[in-house]
Amino acid sequence: MPPPPFTTRDRPMSTLLALDASSSACSAALWHDGEVTARFVVAPREHTRRLLPMARELLAEAGLPLSALDALAYGRGPGSFTGLRIAAGAAQGLAYGLERPLLGVSTLAALALAAHRRLHLRHVLPALDARMGEVYAAAYHCEAGRVTLIGEEAVLPPERLTLPLGQEERDWVGVGSGWALWDVMPAPLQAGVGQCLVDEEPGAEAMVRLAAEAFAAGEGEAPHRVQPVYLRDQVAWKKSR
Amino acid sequence: MRVLGIETSCDETGVALYDTEHGLLADALFSQVAMHADYGGVVPELASRDHTRKLLPLVDEVLAEANLTRGDLDGIAYTAGPGLAGALMVGAATAHGLALALERPVLGVHHMEGHLLAPMLEDEPPAFPFVALLVSGGHTQLVEVQGIGRYQLLGESVDDAAGEAFDKAAKMLGLDYPGGPRVAKLAEQGDPKRLRFPRPMTDRPGLDFSFSGLKTHTLTTLRAFEAEGPLDDQARADIARAFEEAVVDTLVIKCRRALDQTGLKRLVVAGGVSANVRLRERLEHECAKRDARAYYPRGRFCTDNGAMIAYVGAQRLLAGERDEPGVFAARPRWPMDTLTPPETN
Repeated sequence: MPPPPFTTRDRPMSTLLALDASSSACSAALWHDGEVTARFVVAPREHTRRLLPMARELLAEAGLPLSALDALAYGRGPGSFTGLRIAAGAAQGLAYGLERPLLGVSTLAALALAAHRRLHLRHVLPALDARMGEVYAAAYHCEAGRVTLIGEEAVLPPERLTLPLGQEERDWVGVGSGWALWDVMPAPLQAGVGQCLVDEEPGAEAMVRLAAEAFAAGEGEAPHRVQPVYLRDQVAWKKSR
Repeated sequence: MRVLGIETSCDETGVALYDTEHGLLADALFSQVAMHADYGGVVPELASRDHTRKLLPLVDEVLAEANLTRGDLDGIAYTAGPGLAGALMVGAATAHGLALALERPVLGVHHMEGHLLAPMLEDEPPAFPFVALLVSGGHTQLVEVQGIGRYQLLGESVDDAAGEAFDKAAKMLGLDYPGGPRVAKLAEQGDPKRLRFPRPMTDRPGLDFSFSGLKTHTLTTLRAFEAEGPLDDQARADIARAFEEAVVDTLVIKCRRALDQTGLKRLVVAGGVSANVRLRERLEHECAKRDARAYYPRGRFCTDNGAMIAYVGAQRLLAGERDEPGVFAARPRWPMDTLTPPETN
């Protein structure tokens, strides 16, 4: 499908809804021609009761029917496995029912954008506590509201986190729950990270911004094709024969 | 009323379309059994991941089979429990997203009520009231069914489910998961007279079951054979036969008691183990003796499926039951006797 027209301020003219349940928080956000409204609650174990009602509230407040949505998005991970599937299922069901494309937004990219918008810094290292002695992590360059992944998202022990090769001199900011493991992180990494936003959780607000931009660039797929990204794929061991 | 049914409580993704006027329109199933076989049993996280991949393509499949579009759906039903929490969540979330988009009512239904009423999808459904034996890898229950939502638990397993016992026996005999059909196949070669295993909890009144002792007895017997030398194929077959006979005999004795106790003449047998040939033969024989009749769902509705969920959902949605829009919950443990008839809601 052709990308929708842009306004003079380069804000995609479109209407998108994003859902996220990837952490102990859950959130929904509505993008309507560049205006963003959002709901965010920290409500562990209540995602299934809060997520879709928040989305309905946002649409009702904006005076928009669901059919006004051009596309849907959700926090595709990494994060809590069950949370990812709650958001995936709800967003897939909505997109399928409305016959609209779906976009999966990285929770790490969302954290990077949130940090960038908060501190206006350009080099961001999001890290989420993945439990079992590991973090989900990635590195981003952020500029003018856009985030670019450097290298790949990964799951690894915090002891093995490094700054992107050749970029050790930059002033990095850490964001996300993974940075609570600061004490075990290697000294060279600590030396390159000026500050940490440990309390920042992935949220639908940043996701809907990233999704609107991606949608304007022509992204978005049939809902069943947009699967969660768990990063941790070794979850069971085959029996030996 | 055309209802989409979604089943994701364990290791099968099931989707079906049921029409309250025209009956079952379409059903589709994706079984993960082969995937879990590599791990020797169901891995919940892998099951959940696979449901997320398979569910919408199956919805597409049943709509295409029925020559309908998503807008033709009048309601959506999903399994809310009991089952694996993470797996249930996939069906619940997707059903609610879809219902919101289509502005249709949605309802979470009880998985075991689905199994109980699965024979209603057949051409000659049983009339109410009847006794139902639900026997699968997760459940062994005897239920008196007076009508939809009017269930009285007569007895259940106090430990392992019968299907679980089959799987464990299979493992001991070196057979792959799922073990039920493999034990039954091996038992065909067994000598029924060589060994006799105990029939747990049949020597006293009551309708409860216990199968964990049988598991121990199987192990002890195996060890005794192995102490005398390598286990030959005939010995394995004889053990399988004795094990199957004990499980089947126990189930038959309790069914007979349940029919006596209730005075009912109709017996519904559902769940994965109801596919066991020996069990069916014995129950047929038992029913014939007392002028009773046994009813079974067709083969593919004995195990988990979307059709039974669509059927139950349709009955209850038609009566006006529904979830609050956008608000769902998985109920991994959901006692069946808390269900009520659709009319009173």
